[in-house]
Amino acid sequence: MKVEYYGADWCSDCRAVKHFFKTYGITPTTEKDASDETVKNEMLKRNGGINAIPTLIINNETILIEPTHQELAAALGVTMSDDKLKKHDVVMVGAGPASLSAAIYTTREDIDTVVLEKGVVGGLAAVTDSVENYPGFPEGVGGLELAGLLEKQATRFGAKINLGEVQGIERKGENIHLKTTDGEYQARAVLIATGSDYKRAGVKGEDELYGRGVHYCATCDGALYRDKHLAVIGGGDSAAQESLFLSKFATVDVYIRKDHWRAQDVLVHKVEANDKIKVHFNTEITEIIGEGFKVKEVKVHNNKTKKDSTEQADGVFVFVGLSPNTGFLNGALELDEQGLIKTNENLETSMKGVFCAGDVRSGATMQIASAVGEGATAALKIREYLED
Amino acid sequence: MADIKKITVFSTTTCAYCPMVKKWLDQKGLTYDYIQLDKDPSRQEEMIQKSGQMAVPVTIVEKDDGMEAVVVGFNPGQLASAVA
Repeated sequence: MKVEYYGADWCSDCRAVKHFFKTYGITPTTEKDASDETVKNEMLKRNGGINAIPTLIINNETILIEPTHQELAAALGVTMSDDKLKKHDVVMVGAGPASLSAAIYTTREDIDTVVLEKGVVGGLAAVTDSVENYPGFPEGVGGLELAGLLEKQATRFGAKINLGEVQGIERKGENIHLKTTDGEYQARAVLIATGSDYKRAGVKGEDELYGRGVHYCATCDGALYRDKHLAVIGGGDSAAQESLFLSKFATVDVYIRKDHWRAQDVLVHKVEANDKIKVHFNTEITEIIGEGFKVKEVKVHNNKTKKDSTEQADGVFVFVGLSPNTGFLNGALELDEQGLIKTNENLETSMKGVFCAGDVRSGATMQIASAVGEGATAALKIREYLED
Repeated sequence: MADIKKITVFSTTTCAYCPMVKKWLDQKGLTYDYIQLDKDPSRQEEMIQKSGQMAVPVTIVEKDDGMEAVVVGFNPGQLASAVA
């Protein structure tokens, strides 16, 4: 069978076709780079003038333009098996900044890479209103925008992002098997970069009123509280940053247990200058009280004056720290006492071939810039591992 | 199974999970109304009544037989059974 292929390095659909070839042991008769003008013109002459790659011409008659796997299988006489297509060089778990950065490196080295995401591409960074400390963006950058840029760059070189949740990980012989809601994946190496989520504050009424006025994502739900009054729990960077976002819609009371912020000065100054935000130090919310679908008020305790009071609040946003997303591992990897994944100097975990980067790694600094750096390091270590 | 009559997605413009619902529905070739509650606050009460809570995204799938499925958050598993 004569198989002629026109594609380019930067095209992710081309990578998908090449992955199909590799999986089913098909070697194209010719492989041409359509970013070359002469080649492109030749392709246009042969495929009916359609400027799209990949273009495949089979036995000089069947023309396939951007074919799906099913179309390829039919044209090439291949019986498809889902299991085969789910075998990859690298599977990355969690599509946050660490994985997306790692994927830029691995795909540029032609390492077949799939990233699995259960929630939102970009992870916690994507739900952050504004990122002010990520290098290269002197005016700051929207979290969702940054996530979009990282995704674009990773997929440009051929990374594939699949939606699915990993439920278990196990090494069998040379491969690592991942059980997911989207079937079983197999990989020669795995990168765990599942990051973290906001912690619950552990306040009475918090669980019962979750979603009914108790929230952990300001960019998601803040806009529903226009002209209302909100309470924020927490004194770190996220609490300060998200209070500023919430003040676009509502007036905000920030309750901080300690007598000071532990947020960056630049954020604290912005909060201080904002007359829609009032900060209460030495103060804890002891109970959230609701009525029907909504939060009505909060009970507050001042740990210095020992006074209790009840304050009005239409909603409560909680930013009291991060908790690592490691539940799906079920003890398969070694964790530290904080529940973060232990790695050696090569960012390799206790399971051979399984690497880890970003917020979920023991020693992480919970910064996007660090996650990106660790992602790049992990990618290079994975390359070394695959070459061995 | 009854056919889908209408799908409505309640969102906010700044919410990162909302476009994921959109992407998921697009991948399945389904059409839907996409309501941005910060631009259209008059629909907010409807979303709260139907979902019994105040977080977005909320996806409401109405079927021809009058059944209605409500999915809160971006949850591919629940979305799949809602549109089945």
